[in-house]
Amino acid sequence: MAGTIDQQIALGAVDDAQTLPLLGRLHEWVVTVDHKRLGIMYIAGGLFFFLIAGLQAATIRLQLAVPDAGIVPPQVFNRLLTMHGTAMVFLVGMPILTGFFNYLVPLMIGARDLAFPRLNAFGFWLWFFGAILLYFSYIGGDGLYGAGSAPDVGWFAYAPLTELPFSRGNSTDYWILSIFLTSVGTTATAINIIASAFCMRCEGMTLSKMPVLVWLAMVVAFMMLVALPPLSAAQAMLLLDRFLGAHFFDTQAGGSAILWQHFFWIFGHPEVYILVIPAFAFASEIIPVFSRKVIFGYSVMVAASCAIAFISLSVWAHHMFAVGMTPAGNSFFAASTMLVGVPTGIKIFNWLGTIWGGKLRFKVPMLFSLGFLFQFLIAGLTGIMLAVAPFDWQLTDTYFVVAHFHYILVGAIIFMDFAAIYYWFPKATGRMLSETLGKWHFWLFVIGFHLTFDTMHFAGLQGMPRRIYSYQPGRGLDTLNLIESIGALVQGVAVLILVINVVRSLRSGEVAGNDPWDAWTLEWSTASPPPEYNFEEPPVVRSRRPLWDLKHPEDPDWKYE
Amino acid sequence: MAATATAISTTATPWNETLPRRGHVGILALILTESAFFSIFVVAYIFYLGKSLTGPFPKDVLSPPILNTICLLSSSITIVLAIRALRAGSIRTFAILWFLTFALGLEFMIGTALEWHHLIYSDGLTIGTNLFGTTYYSLVGLHALHVTIGLMLILLVLVLTMCGYMNERHIERTDVLSWYWHFVDAVWVVVFLTVYVIGR
Repeated sequence: MAGTIDQQIALGAVDDAQTLPLLGRLHEWVVTVDHKRLGIMYIAGGLFFFLIAGLQAATIRLQLAVPDAGIVPPQVFNRLLTMHGTAMVFLVGMPILTGFFNYLVPLMIGARDLAFPRLNAFGFWLWFFGAILLYFSYIGGDGLYGAGSAPDVGWFAYAPLTELPFSRGNSTDYWILSIFLTSVGTTATAINIIASAFCMRCEGMTLSKMPVLVWLAMVVAFMMLVALPPLSAAQAMLLLDRFLGAHFFDTQAGGSAILWQHFFWIFGHPEVYILVIPAFAFASEIIPVFSRKVIFGYSVMVAASCAIAFISLSVWAHHMFAVGMTPAGNSFFAASTMLVGVPTGIKIFNWLGTIWGGKLRFKVPMLFSLGFLFQFLIAGLTGIMLAVAPFDWQLTDTYFVVAHFHYILVGAIIFMDFAAIYYWFPKATGRMLSETLGKWHFWLFVIGFHLTFDTMHFAGLQGMPRRIYSYQPGRGLDTLNLIESIGALVQGVAVLILVINVVRSLRSGEVAGNDPWDAWTLEWSTASPPPEYNFEEPPVVRSRRPLWDLKHPEDPDWKYE
Repeated sequence: MAATATAISTTATPWNETLPRRGHVGILALILTESAFFSIFVVAYIFYLGKSLTGPFPKDVLSPPILNTICLLSSSITIVLAIRALRAGSIRTFAILWFLTFALGLEFMIGTALEWHHLIYSDGLTIGTNLFGTTYYSLVGLHALHVTIGLMLILLVLVLTMCGYMNERHIERTDVLSWYWHFVDAVWVVVFLTVYVIGR
């Protein structure tokens, strides 16, 4: 009964929203505390900055396509690589993952919203203005005549380059404040996800019946709580250095530049896992549905994710083999880095076990997931290579490293972000994305990706250093770099197809219905797009696949779990 | 579906009551992330111990603020008693104990201000003097910032109580605030040990 009244009220609200003028509808989005709208805003914002930072990467590739291209001067090149790196991590990777978790966690646990909806909106707007602040530096970052606009200190901003004498003007301050704000916003989301997963689950959903995605969202949220503060604290110290004359990283007064590196990577390495575990989460939802099987080894999957989270907090100094640590330090961080490969390998075998013997359906989300599996494996293997300290000494700061981490960030994370977009777009909008365009997108992106990033490994082995704006001709780097740039162009075309696909589907896409993929988690039991209150009646679940139980009452899961 | 739900919930403990309270989980998550933030400053303090190139050095100018410490730690006791009074339904006792908590916290801040005034004007130690000044003011200042935020929230509750808005429905909220206050006190124990015991 209560449900019907809710429904009437909500339907009234929807009617109001549709009759509102454009400004009124925009206002609805600005004042919203609804987890679904905030989730969509996070993802849309992330994709917007993905296009900008992608264009910056394209400019970098254009400059490096041939030796001495002369497209951008060195100073501009430094700004491009700094902004590309910073934006891709904090303005693209983070909001897309928080957006998906915002959208999906309440729906998957059968709740009507996150635990603290207003905190959620607060977190989003902190992220939003923090993000604006980073790009505003192009306009306002000068601060001192001729000091240059956007930050150019690299995304990990090593001290003492970031100290006042070496980084004049305000560009570095913009970098600090922007990242600080987005981190606080992300922390708010992390608190929200943990409180929601612990306190808002629907009746019958014990912790061991949560979808794998919610488990992994919780793991990521814990990592955010522990790993983001070291960066924020180090940035606070750097601000004190720059504005109040403190000496944290001031080597002239006895301060330590290495301390910044430690603090940064105590954040920086777990950050990689904060970004990649959501990709695991998407894969763990998508692969079973398109293999028509339950996920292989649910509890091992969850345990492996917890193990990755735990071990990844003690591997940070493998980014610092080249600074000259003690042999004991090198050995410890080499060993712990190799150790983190064990639970990661377990996960890959679990996904393979899920696919094995399944009735595979090669829809676009599944294609991207398969690409992810393959590329993530390669990225993991080059990671193990770089964990060997002497090998790292040889290849540190070369394109081999660039290739390795782009294999993770693009080959694993961006691929799974695309898979997730194709998979959940029908739920969020009520429209399907085109399969044909999706397949064009996938194949072009795979080809472009491998052209660019496979080749980078070889350029790195040939000795091409990272972060240089040009290179000498005739050193065996010309062809490789040209191929990399052609690959970047192909990837750009692929992303353009995604944009066209999204716009086209929003206008005239095929109507999706509640459950277009014949899936099993709770979000597919409600309408597409879901009403503001998500579920008319709070659902009651008895197994990990509540929709399977509903669809197959003769053979429900709860009999076996 | 609805019928089954009611049937289940009448036979056993209602599902909602088997889940933890979201306010408490939320504040524990906040405490976890704040602890990580503080630990970086503590690490920096310990890392730079004895690395100052010029004076003044800790052993010359620091003396343990015993009175401050006693006041801050006892405010944790008064806040527990205050909430116990609220649970028992005595708003008046709650108000008195809550005010006492605020006063003890305020004493701590005044004590810190006097200590800093002395360090700056008599000993000539500022944040830019040496590494000791840099790490001392940032660590103690970060803690003082948290005490200030706590005091502002406690004052807000105090004002609302005086205006007659306090009742049993707000027990959980005040309880969540008290957990934050206990955390601030616990951090002080760490800061005190780091700065005034190990670091001197």
